[in-house]
Amino acid sequence: MSTEPTVTEADLQAYADGRLGVERRAEVESWLAARPEEAERVAAYRRLGDALRAAYDPVLAEPVPQYLESTAARRPRARRIAAVAGWMTLGALLGALAGWEARDWRRPAGPPLAEGAVMARRAAIAHATYSPEVRHPVEVGADQEQHLVAWLSKRVGARVRAPKLDEVGMALVGGRLLPGESGPVALFMYQTAAGRRLTLYIRAEAKGNRETAFRYAREKNVSVFYWIERDCGYAISSADLSKEELLHIATLVYKQLEP
Amino acid sequence: MNEAERLVELIPRLRRYARALVGDRASADDLVQDTLERAWAKLHLYRRGTDLRAWLFTVMHNVHVNKVRATRVTDTLEDELPELAQRASQGDALLVRDLDRAIARLPTEQRSVLLLVTLEEMSYEEVAHALGIPIGTVMSRLSRAREKLRAMMLGQGAAAKLKVVK
Repeated sequence: MSTEPTVTEADLQAYADGRLGVERRAEVESWLAARPEEAERVAAYRRLGDALRAAYDPVLAEPVPQYLESTAARRPRARRIAAVAGWMTLGALLGALAGWEARDWRRPAGPPLAEGAVMARRAAIAHATYSPEVRHPVEVGADQEQHLVAWLSKRVGARVRAPKLDEVGMALVGGRLLPGESGPVALFMYQTAAGRRLTLYIRAEAKGNRETAFRYAREKNVSVFYWIERDCGYAISSADLSKEELLHIATLVYKQLEP
Repeated sequence: MNEAERLVELIPRLRRYARALVGDRASADDLVQDTLERAWAKLHLYRRGTDLRAWLFTVMHNVHVNKVRATRVTDTLEDELPELAQRASQGDALLVRDLDRAIARLPTEQRSVLLLVTLEEMSYEEVAHALGIPIGTVMSRLSRAREKLRAMMLGQGAAAKLKVVK
């Protein structure tokens, strides 16, 4: 009655892991009983498993570092707004904006253009430098927004604010201070739930600088909309968003920052 | 429970696996951090109702593989190391303190399979799914990983004995 069962290497692995059904396990056991070397090998695999668990299970009981917990708990604010759908239905709005854009676009370029173009370039470089950062995209996170805004305002020397961009699915990541050509500059970073990012670059303007309309610049793959309004120069940059998306956001920012 | 809460809940398991996968604590937590970031960025690819844990380990695996690829030279060198074939009749007692080093000498793909099976106690099917490989490959990698570790441990046992004799 004893035709010996075929036992494969996979069976032995599964036996070592305790994953065979009762019947199969009995067959493997009787097979091993006749082969002490194989039995010893499988026993060694089991001891190996025990050793691995003994060595690494204690990690489960270690306190979790705060930064890991914060990263894990990040609320994808954009989800609420169905960001993607938002982008898709943007078309209608853009149609309305187009006239406005064209009008402002044609405004004669005065001296601030050159000045603004320098700012756009610096903003694009800042965007290209910091937006790919996974670990340290910002110096101060959005969880300390009040502190961030107060700090940047103080250093930049103008009242700086971080606009709310939830309606286009962008959440504030945080901000940092940068060196500008004539003083410190504030940089805010935003991102969508899908990780698409934009940065808002804000610098204090010298008194003589005229206000300008929206202007568009492109540095490599980074699109920039920039303008000067009262005592600040603004530049919004992104390599992840289209020109149209960026323009829409620029208008939102512009409206919110209106005094 | 929403995804954020579930992610927080899974951190200890990610850390355990990462620690065994990369060895030291700082690199392991780096890997966990990158995995969580990546998970948020890719969350739209996660299908609700499916196993978030398995998905997260897939994400971690991909992040790790990409990192390893960046330092490919050392990794392939490890892969090429000959298996230690010495066998002592007795003395294959596993020296836990050397376990880290022994695991580190396994090729990454074998290490992942062994750790997901042993520490995470994933089924072979789950491992196959998480790593995107056929189940037959899971079994052969598992077998090779174990045999290599056993051989290394036997080798160490033998070496330790020789020292004592001297």
